[in-house]
Amino acid sequence: MMALLEVKDLKVRVEEREILHGLTLTVNEGEVHAIMGPNGSGKSTLSHVIAGKPGYEVTDGQILFRGEDLLEMEPDERAAKGVFLAFQYPVEIPGVTTMNFLRTALNAQRKARGESELMVPDFLKKVREVSKSLNIPQDMLKRGVNVGFSGGEKKRNEVLQMALFEPSLCILDEMDSGLDIDALRIAADGVNALRSPGRAMVVITHYQRLLNYIVPDVVHVMSRGRVVKSGGKELALELEASGYAQFEDAA
Amino acid sequence: MPAVQETVERVKRIDVDQYRYGFETLIESDKAPKGLSEETVKFISEKKNEPAWMLQWRLEAYRRWLTMQEPTWARVDYPKIDFQDLYYYAAPKPKKTVSSLDEIDPEILKTYEKLGIPLREVAMLEGVEPKPGEEDPARRKIAVDAVFDSVSVATTFKAELKKAGVIFMPISEAIREHPELVQKYLGSVVPTSDNFYATLNSAVFSDGSFVYVPPGVRCPMELSTYFRINERNTGQFERTLIIADKGSYVSYLEGCTAPQRDENQLHAAVVELVALDDAEIKYSTVQNWYPGNSEGKGGIYNFVTKRGDCRGANSKISWTQVETGSAITWKYPSCILRGDNSRGEFYSIAISNGFQQVDSGTKMIHLGKNTSSRIISKGIAAGKSQNTYRGLVTAHRKATGARNFTACDSLLIGDKCGAHTVPYIEAKNSSATFEHEATTSKISEDVLFYCIQRGLSQEEAVGLVVNGFVKDVLQQLPMEFAVEAQKLISISLEGSVG
Ligand SMILES: Nc1ncnc2c1ncn2[C@@H]1O[C@H](COP(=O)(O)OP(=O)(O)OP(=O)(O)O)[C@@H](O)[C@H]1O
Ligand SMILES: [Mg+2]
Repeated sequence: MMALLEVKDLKVRVEEREILHGLTLTVNEGEVHAIMGPNGSGKSTLSHVIAGKPGYEVTDGQILFRGEDLLEMEPDERAAKGVFLAFQYPVEIPGVTTMNFLRTALNAQRKARGESELMVPDFLKKVREVSKSLNIPQDMLKRGVNVGFSGGEKKRNEVLQMALFEPSLCILDEMDSGLDIDALRIAADGVNALRSPGRAMVVITHYQRLLNYIVPDVVHVMSRGRVVKSGGKELALELEASGYAQFEDAA
Repeated sequence: MPAVQETVERVKRIDVDQYRYGFETLIESDKAPKGLSEETVKFISEKKNEPAWMLQWRLEAYRRWLTMQEPTWARVDYPKIDFQDLYYYAAPKPKKTVSSLDEIDPEILKTYEKLGIPLREVAMLEGVEPKPGEEDPARRKIAVDAVFDSVSVATTFKAELKKAGVIFMPISEAIREHPELVQKYLGSVVPTSDNFYATLNSAVFSDGSFVYVPPGVRCPMELSTYFRINERNTGQFERTLIIADKGSYVSYLEGCTAPQRDENQLHAAVVELVALDDAEIKYSTVQNWYPGNSEGKGGIYNFVTKRGDCRGANSKISWTQVETGSAITWKYPSCILRGDNSRGEFYSIAISNGFQQVDSGTKMIHLGKNTSSRIISKGIAAGKSQNTYRGLVTAHRKATGARNFTACDSLLIGDKCGAHTVPYIEAKNSSATFEHEATTSKISEDVLFYCIQRGLSQEEAVGLVVNGFVKDVLQQLPMEFAVEAQKLISISLEGSVG
């Protein structure tokens, strides 16, 4: 099996403070990994560093994507290569319709990959299909990106983009937070529909419940900036029962 | 192609200094001797074959100007202009007398082609691809008057406009052909004594557009003028006069570009609008004069006086401007709300980058009863630029029931630029209601990163976010201009971050 993402002994600082203290994680093609861990353990930080958000200083270690040095690439280049991050807190972009945003982004990625732009009718057809399967009404797409969206709508919009861009690595940062039971199932179905042999997912969550819908191949426990334990899907159940206290020392 | 995408492609084609209109056209030209004197004024008037009254008018303005001082209250900073070191008139030397478009110097036609301005009487403008989910924009005709340096070189769709009774011609022609209209209205909104630059313009203006829409006529197409400064060391002083007679409607667009030069060039235009009873004038500008290079060298000094007079009851004047160019902008398109129930609007996008300085805004002067005005200003400052909104809203004693709403939003990109809001509000009667809102924000790193994570480059992301910020105003522009403006906005913010 081919490793899609390899994080090796990663150390990251934010404003002079080290947040990740040597984190190691390997995700193979076709796998779904869950990352769980207490608030502030560095889960979002890891996802931001993989996506290339400015403001993080990598002091040691490396991140390889299909064997290539990811840290050498600009964040938009990473996106075009198939790294997608569904944000824990998606931002609002007033005055830019979701539809316009989707099309601009998709075409930017395609262009970076040397592909032609998607024609308007093809694009529209694709958006309609995907949004329908995610129960996203068309008029939501005419509104400003995430502007006035409910928490759940914002998360669904993230999944919509993921489905549209067809990335090879999907990092989902707490996509379940703020979703009601039905919305959760719809979003999870959307994610499951994207599972494929060439695509891997990293699902960050606090709740085992999500993992009933998106069943992971591997579960990692993060604590204080490190992966302190990895196991099968039953590890999530174990955590649900006993909490993180047992790992605090390990970190 | 969606506008944003196209912008990206254009941006990639832009040279180092990022100004795509910076070419110069090599043509022979006919210039007035350098410097300003009564002789210069006479030279211009003679060149234009003007009647005696017009020369008198100019000379009075010139004498007045000699007694005036350059204003210094605006938040702009530039070395003193030597008014004797300029040329006040330059005209492309005609190969022979021009009677149709085919006889115009092909070099000039090529220039306008490069600028993307359809001078040929193409029946339809190129269609603009609709945004997903939006319906097709109406394919409309646009009549163009092109002013090259001091002279109008071509006006299109003349015949069709004539049929509707609309007069659209270079003002130099109007002075000869419609003296009664010109004499009645010229200087009636911006008097020759109004201010330093307007007075200078009155003395030396060389050309510009004249529009008269007769009573009850809805002008059948958009009217548009493209101004182009080509000559070196030449000031451009165009004069535009638009009269919408009772119950008429006209939409007028103005676009401006200039070549890239090391020295600063002066542009001091005057625009006068008159709306009689129940008439409406919509005036849109996309100003993209050369802003100077990345070190702040060169660029146009844009000192412009624009004023509309809602002279009749229920009249309406609406200014929309997208200002992306010029080294210095000094410009306050204003409305005098004289007629009862008249309405003035000002929608503005002012973008400054590099070393640009913008001091712009509007004046809404409420004189009539139940007059209303609306001001939406979006200022975007990037690089080391300074961007000031300066606005005046007044209601006179008799302007009972006057209403104004003002919203000024500023967006800062980076931390070396400045945005300033200077509102003056005075109500001389107690029934006036004025509302003022102002916000200043920085472009959010999180928002930019969100876009970049989805594949946009830093610059595309800035362009997208800024276009969203200015959307309310962009929507006021006629469709074709909105697309052009959207591109300009992205282009002018090139290199503003990272
Ligand atoms: N920009 C920043 N400046 C200072 N500290 C930061 C910054 N970003 C993150 N941190 C700190 O890094 C630590 C890890 O934060 P992170 O957001 O990665 O945690 P998390 O595991 O995602 O938590 P949660 O489960 O609450 O989302 C926290 O202590 C946080 O305060
Ligand atoms: Mg988090």
